[in-house]
Amino acid sequence: MVVWARKNIMMGLCPTPSCQKAVDSMSSASSELSAVPDERGRFGEFGRRYVPETLMYALDQLTEAWQEARSDPQFHEQYRTLLRDYVGRPNPLYFAERLTKTCGGAQIWFKREDLNLTGAHKINNTIGQILLTLRMGKTRVIAETGAGQHGVATATACARFGLPCVVYMGEEDVRRQKLNVFNMETMGAEVRPVTTGSRTLRDAINEAMREWMASVRDTHYIIGSVVGPHPFPAMVRDFQSVIGTETREQCLDRIGRLPDEIVACVGGGSNSAGMFYPFIDDSSVALTGVEAGGRGSAAGDHASTLTWGRPGVLHGSYSYVLQDDDGQTQDVHSISAGLDYPGVGPEHSFWKESGRVTYTSISDDEALQAFHTMARTEGILPAIESSHAIAWALKSAAERRPEDVVVVCLSGRGDKDVHEVARLTGRDLS
Amino acid sequence: MSKTSDVFHRAAGEGRMTFMPFVTAGDPDLATTARVLTALHDAGADLIELGFPYSDPIADGPVIQASYTRALNAGVTVDAIFRMVDDLPTDTMAPLFAMVSFAIVFRYGTDRFLERSAACGFSGLIIPDLSAEEAGDLNTRTETAGLDLVQLIAPTTAAERADTILRTARGFVYCISVAGTTGARRELPAELADQLRELRQKTGLPLAVGFGISGPDQVKPLAGAADGIIVGSAIVRRIAEAADADAAVQSAREFARQMAQAVAGVAPSARTA
Repeated sequence: MVVWARKNIMMGLCPTPSCQKAVDSMSSASSELSAVPDERGRFGEFGRRYVPETLMYALDQLTEAWQEARSDPQFHEQYRTLLRDYVGRPNPLYFAERLTKTCGGAQIWFKREDLNLTGAHKINNTIGQILLTLRMGKTRVIAETGAGQHGVATATACARFGLPCVVYMGEEDVRRQKLNVFNMETMGAEVRPVTTGSRTLRDAINEAMREWMASVRDTHYIIGSVVGPHPFPAMVRDFQSVIGTETREQCLDRIGRLPDEIVACVGGGSNSAGMFYPFIDDSSVALTGVEAGGRGSAAGDHASTLTWGRPGVLHGSYSYVLQDDDGQTQDVHSISAGLDYPGVGPEHSFWKESGRVTYTSISDDEALQAFHTMARTEGILPAIESSHAIAWALKSAAERRPEDVVVVCLSGRGDKDVHEVARLTGRDLS
Repeated sequence: MSKTSDVFHRAAGEGRMTFMPFVTAGDPDLATTARVLTALHDAGADLIELGFPYSDPIADGPVIQASYTRALNAGVTVDAIFRMVDDLPTDTMAPLFAMVSFAIVFRYGTDRFLERSAACGFSGLIIPDLSAEEAGDLNTRTETAGLDLVQLIAPTTAAERADTILRTARGFVYCISVAGTTGARRELPAELADQLRELRQKTGLPLAVGFGISGPDQVKPLAGAADGIIVGSAIVRRIAEAADADAAVQSAREFARQMAQAVAGVAPSARTA
């Protein structure tokens, strides 16, 4: 059986020699939890491919290209070099001294994905996939975006390599995220507003998949999260695993041991999957995924797919979803556009059912409060998505001993959110 | 002989292709859909596909997706569709196939969905996002329930993969004519004829061509290569553009009549089974 050999991938994708030492410290035996997915894209029962026959060829072709690339040292070298010189990796692991004091419990550390080029973790994936695009000889890229972070990261990668780029974005999101639309267009991407269905991220994904069915011969679809049909969830996780692998190295280097808890926010689940995966076989490390609790637990008031949803099919894979009794996707709500998604990556469903990762949720108000606390005590404006993870970490750290270490994935910076935060606090910046 | 193979057999005996219209259940409402289905049958449709509205259809183009959105906004549910079909004289009508996303089938409960479909009079199911690999034993379970699970073949389907798919195919083979979504197109790709010829050698099942067929003009080029023609978006659009329910029924009937005439003189493929 073909399994995704964890250690080899981590090794290849590590940006620094010392980071590779951290990989060496990982158990070389793959456990039932880490040796996934299988050749059909199954994470336990989850994942797989539920797509029209027209897409099967493209997915097979992509799986093959990724398998080849993974075992090619030259591909790894290219990826590592770009992450180092272009994206700015490795980014720091930062000890938040004042926040720790304010909280009065465990030490709180941040993995600084907000310091990457484009200001979020999304670029780790788009750089990897653009190299695959070139490898497959494709000459054009499409992507979907919700808040615009993945769209910007894709437009960035396409500009860097001179490839034409079309980004599908819900009409509603185009209106709400003017700054990101402008950024994408400035880098030469075409933003196509999606006017079908709910006019948000899930419709943008539908539209990108549709276009891909007709354009697959010369076009690669760079999906932005660990969702969709196989091989996307595994491939995006592997590219994002640079987050967890670096964190592991930095913990060993700075603290001399692995952390007690790692916290990351979960929408589709790419920053959390990349953060958790290199620690999945370390049972001493508690892993906590934080979903968007929105305004409450009623359908339509939140985006807590793992907390309140149930297994079903959406966007080509079997995973937890927010659906009604007829299988129709439900509306979701979150203060954070990046977490506002009615599905979740299949590997998260697998981790939830296995009990390896604990999933919880944080309300709009709690996230907003954490945003302000972080700004005032550390001088860092976190993305409102990441603020959900911070809010949980503050609760957890407060109940822990001072020698405990909690690491939070600071998945993005909050500049994009200041208009919304100002609006919610009664100020108009326009 | 099943009702479906009987239909293709009879048409072949008359030296003609079959016509399979598609309509969305509940657009604009289920009462109108029931009337449209009857009108399509009366006008000479050989088989009929009934689309179950889905919030996130990937395989469908803008016309059908918009019809799904209208139907869902009007409150259509899976059970209401089954009840509408319950009341149709399906025994004496053209075989009815449910076109439904696996998201819906799974949520309803696969076995429950199969039982209910068979009980209300469907002849088979088309689940466009359920691949041969993931179908698993659903083929046999569908057969046990007395239904045909139709398989789809795309222009991008490799020959070896087509063999695998055809092994479990029942009823007829749904040949996707273009690499893209559903939706009317003016011309059909030239490679289609080659692919149909290849498929003809691999299977004895009838070959029905769908996606991108807009009207009677596209029937003739398929002479001798296919056994059925599926038209969806063109009919759905007519229903959407109609001023009221009566006009929708009339417009669907008129289109079906033209299509039935168009297939009347056109030879099906040389099928051996």
